[in-house]
Amino acid sequence: MKSDLFHGPRRKAYLRMIKSTKFAVILLLLIMCLGVSGCVSVAPWERGILAKPHMAIVQNPVQNKVRAHNYSSREAGAPVNASGGGGGCGCF
Amino acid sequence: MLKKIKFLIFGGLLLSLMVAPVSAEHGEVPSTCSLTALDGTPVDNLQELQGKVIYVDFWASWCPPCVRSFPFLSQLDHDLKDQGLQVIGINLDEKIGDAESFLEQYPVDFTIALDASKQCATDFGVIAMPSSYIIDRKGTIRHIHRGFRSEEAKDLRLAIEYLLTEPL
Repeated sequence: MKSDLFHGPRRKAYLRMIKSTKFAVILLLLIMCLGVSGCVSVAPWERGILAKPHMAIVQNPVQNKVRAHNYSSREAGAPVNASGGGGGCGCF
Repeated sequence: MLKKIKFLIFGGLLLSLMVAPVSAEHGEVPSTCSLTALDGTPVDNLQELQGKVIYVDFWASWCPPCVRSFPFLSQLDHDLKDQGLQVIGINLDEKIGDAESFLEQYPVDFTIALDASKQCATDFGVIAMPSSYIIDRKGTIRHIHRGFRSEEAKDLRLAIEYLLTEPL
């Protein structure tokens, strides 16, 4: 008698394996969903520490901008902070 | 059976994601506000102030626009108190000490209250600092204002003056 994955007694085992894999994938997705709903929302009145100046992502925004402007103009590439093309003019 | 269970779990998860906090939009003042003075003594409940126009301002000492709004609130209190305006600044600092030292530095005349449990802020649906709620003489929230820019002060004042002219 022929006995491979699609015929004979191994077919049942194969189907069972597929089913359990499916189940595992769904379970994993569900657990991931739980993770999403577990995100904590921080109330506005709990943002006191985040509001401190040393928590800012950019410490000196003006200095950073000028530096980026100078850098990109000297490098003669497409500037990051400017609207025009490259070429070293430093135009905004 | 497995399908049904899967469906139920998915449904439950989706619902749990969708549930949004209930907030006071234009409507009645939440009745759960238990406010105290900074020293812990209870102050007038918002319901007890019915008949007055109430300007409720949620603020914190670390919030720059809140601080910028204080001169405006003081001016409002000074000018319109006699016409029936009650300005209440509800402090939401996590440490009372911060609020106290701030008020020592910048003293104000209007009422300052403390929402220690933050229940009041939750029920009002405060999502930004500062948040202002203007309540008319009948006890209905008529205006909600989030944030503060000095150019908006004029419109706010006009809205308050209009509410003050309304009969009880």
